[in-house]
Amino acid sequence: MKSESNLERILESGQFAVTGECGPPRGADGSVIERKAQFLKGNVDAVNVTDNQTSIVRMSSIATCALLNQMGLEGTMQMVTRDRNRIAIQSDIFGAYALGIRNILCLSGDHQSFGDHPTSKNVFDLDSIQLIQAVKQMRDDGKVLGGDEIQGVPRMFIGAAANPFADPFEFRVVRLAKKVAAGADFIQTQCIYNLDKFEKWMEMVRDRGLHERVHILAGVTPLKSVGMAVYMKEKVAGMEIPDEVIDRLKGVSKEKRAEEGINICVETVQRLREIEGVHGIHLMAIEWEEMVPIIVKKAGLLPRPSPNP
Amino acid sequence: MIIGERKSLEEIRKMIGGYKRVLVVGCGTCVTVCLAGGEKEVATLSSALRMAAKKDGDGLEISEATIERQCDIEFIEELREKVEQVDAALSMGCGAGVQTIAETFSEIPVYPALNTRFIGRTEEQGVWTERCAACGDCILHVTGGICPIARCSKSLLNGPCGGSKDGKCEINPDVACAWQLIYDRLKALDQLDKLEEIVPVKDWSVSRDGGPRKLIREDVRL
Repeated sequence: MKSESNLERILESGQFAVTGECGPPRGADGSVIERKAQFLKGNVDAVNVTDNQTSIVRMSSIATCALLNQMGLEGTMQMVTRDRNRIAIQSDIFGAYALGIRNILCLSGDHQSFGDHPTSKNVFDLDSIQLIQAVKQMRDDGKVLGGDEIQGVPRMFIGAAANPFADPFEFRVVRLAKKVAAGADFIQTQCIYNLDKFEKWMEMVRDRGLHERVHILAGVTPLKSVGMAVYMKEKVAGMEIPDEVIDRLKGVSKEKRAEEGINICVETVQRLREIEGVHGIHLMAIEWEEMVPIIVKKAGLLPRPSPNP
Repeated sequence: MIIGERKSLEEIRKMIGGYKRVLVVGCGTCVTVCLAGGEKEVATLSSALRMAAKKDGDGLEISEATIERQCDIEFIEELREKVEQVDAALSMGCGAGVQTIAETFSEIPVYPALNTRFIGRTEEQGVWTERCAACGDCILHVTGGICPIARCSKSLLNGPCGGSKDGKCEINPDVACAWQLIYDRLKALDQLDKLEEIVPVKDWSVSRDGGPRKLIREDVRL
């Protein structure tokens, strides 16, 4: 084991993993985390905490992960390179590890023009691939990027993102290969609605043998309504939602659309499980955490392996 | 070249408010080419200032001068006589021009009439785009002659982020994704293998991050 992460233990044992997501509040109220955590506990193996997603100021990922850990869940700290330089990044990783955080997801982050502080300065001292390299160097070589030795090595399970639906499509697998070469242990993908395209991408992943070198967790998000689907399709960077999916939601009465969204999600999970090289799912029930227990149950993913075997 | 854009008349008038005699100084180099601060623009701004002052009964006296290069002391010296006749100068040069005038004539305040926007080129009449961020360590040889520092919104070094769609950047559909351009160019050059290599962490110390920059070349010093 590279880390003491529950997620790593499950993936390395060959079990199909389930990770969830928790968006922190836009304020200092920790009870929001408690409310969300009750739906996630026992239903997922680890919980991603977003790092000021869409560049909107929220409770920090580190603090939220620490709160989740106290509640008996395992947090996966998302970290973007948008807001921190290499000094702050490495410092935060030390602190996160000392607080008991064992998983990190390395990202570049949405541009600040999307958020509530569009006039702010961004950092991007590192990109996401260089961040993966930095965490790996800290863990495996016991050195910071500058080359000095570390006292107390942060043994993190290193994650990265992949978006098979962004362009140029043919480069997406190359970018994944670079992330694996940089040291990624697991990958979480963008939400999948176009399964044909995802299967094509997975084929390219297998052609390069990458599925044997990294654990791929396929991303899914249940759609609550037609409005949400259209918004995500049009406004969320790097999201692809085929018209067939939106038409399927439109095909049922308004009050049945949330249920249909859950059905689509469960069917997607079932199809994803059959794809060679997919080692788990990453379930992002955005501001709809109460649906997590229902989705994992319907998808036949319960019970989850005990975190303290 | 350096691309500049004139500030609004309102902002300029606020800056020079209270002065009776103001010299408007143009620059014959970059900002002339980008139609922001050359002789013609000096004339336009000066008459606008005169007209506005007249309307408000301000009694403002505007004089004009355009020199070859505002970032060069040799040319700035030509302004000395005119500067002695005024209370303030309004530079239509880039930030380097404004400061060179201020460093030369410490007795009067110098104000910027332009916002210095970026290093770039004219794409078509009236359209300018950024090309260089002056990072101090050029990598154009590995990126097909397209700069990701200046042209990728996140200055990424290892390929496009997940927000690249149909050749456009996630920040705005009017902005081209630099990494799509790099990919297309390297594909055409049969050099896609260059994109398989991980580009290491960048040395930003030669960029602005290292503090104000200074270049000394002993071989050409007198």
